[in-house]
Amino acid sequence: MKTRVLGFVALVAVAVMLIIALFIVPADLNQGDAQRIMYPHVASAWLGYLSFGVTALAGIGWLWKRDLRLDAVALAGAEIGVIFTAFAIWGGMMWGRPIWGVFWQWEDPRLTTTALLLALYVGYLLLRRLTDDPERRATRAAIVGIVAAVDIPIVHFSVEWWRGLHQTATIGSPDRVLNPAAPMAFVGTLLGMLAAFTLTWLYLMIRRYQLARAELAREEAVRRQRIQAARAPHPSAAPPEVAR
Amino acid sequence: MSSLRDEAQIAIAIARKDAVAELRGRHATVSTLFFSAVVLLLFGFALGPDSARLAAAAPGLLWLAVVFAGMLAVSRLHLLETDDDALEQLALYPISRRAIYLGKALAGLAVMVVLGLLVLGAVGVLFAVDIGAAWLPLVTTVLLGAVGIAAVGTFYAGVTVRLRAREVMLPLLMLPVLAPLLLGAVKATAAALAGDPFGELGAWLQLLVAFDVIMVVAGAATYGYLLED
Repeated sequence: MKTRVLGFVALVAVAVMLIIALFIVPADLNQGDAQRIMYPHVASAWLGYLSFGVTALAGIGWLWKRDLRLDAVALAGAEIGVIFTAFAIWGGMMWGRPIWGVFWQWEDPRLTTTALLLALYVGYLLLRRLTDDPERRATRAAIVGIVAAVDIPIVHFSVEWWRGLHQTATIGSPDRVLNPAAPMAFVGTLLGMLAAFTLTWLYLMIRRYQLARAELAREEAVRRQRIQAARAPHPSAAPPEVAR
Repeated sequence: MSSLRDEAQIAIAIARKDAVAELRGRHATVSTLFFSAVVLLLFGFALGPDSARLAAAAPGLLWLAVVFAGMLAVSRLHLLETDDDALEQLALYPISRRAIYLGKALAGLAVMVVLGLLVLGAVGVLFAVDIGAAWLPLVTTVLLGAVGIAAVGTFYAGVTVRLRAREVMLPLLMLPVLAPLLLGAVKATAAALAGDPFGELGAWLQLLVAFDVIMVVAGAATYGYLLED
């Protein structure tokens, strides 16, 4: 019930923020309307990274506590992270085409890093699907998730050395958005979009987690049923007829 | 409790076992060596007969061939263990799991060094690149790259060795992780071949060292969990 309320609030928040970002906030002086893509783009990129962080931490938690609920959290993080990351890349390409003139800018460290990030976690999800035993799956996924998380900073660092033309981080560096000279309308819209997207993310995480728990319970039930069926004497399991 | 010295001894014993098996059967090196030769040949066809263009692309081609062949070589070394459930046997010994990982990675490193140096020579011949002038930085780059590929490859070979879709999953998981290594190694090779005009060779070699150290530590720390199941 509470989750449903959260979902409703998230939906309204995203709708309101989209209207603000698309119609109410003035267009950027240099980039025009294309800059409006940045609001959901930045928000989904941030949530992609957050999701993968959650997956890595939940993986460490699984190895430590051996609680399958933590593995369900890891799965939710990876799957939702992949969706948000893919959306961020798509938005970045839509923005890059009018601003840079190309969909794909090889010299941009964040674009290439994010694409590799996507590949890492798609691999992670495929690995999960190939392992049937829940605990073995959780362990394999956990260590692969940890190594992937360790790799991300190295990827980012190495690609950065290629020298990029991406704008420097907007929120992180004080001279950009948090600069008092930056128009409050832009800052407010970006932060509002971040909040609305994060609410949506939280809702999706909870739902995916619940679904993962339910899937696990069903797997368990099926397994128990099979064991029982194997134990019970079956009509077709009559003693083999003696030949001749 | 096994001391570091014991662990090193165990790791070397495992690596020696693999080396002996490799020397007798040559499963990993010969086939992968010819594989990388074919890859280089196909790169030549793909990029056309323009020798200047091929020479310019040589560092990238070298490392793609080494990474692809290395992936096959390291996975062959792990398949060795599954043939007769040898890995299970290994896991039953009262020895540190870290030592098992390091031993397998060491064997992988030996294969990778041989492979890397031979492919380097082949690139020199096929793409008319002057290797002799800058042999020391080039060999250093090959050694550092070999460590990284062996470390990452051994880890992911362990993850995928018992999967049904092993042939697809190993490259899918391993190649994105190797991206920084590829980048650093290609840049270092290109810098070395050009005589390092911008003084960037050291920085790329440092990147490779950092990658190697982090991946060996990460592999050694997590590989043991694979042997539990």
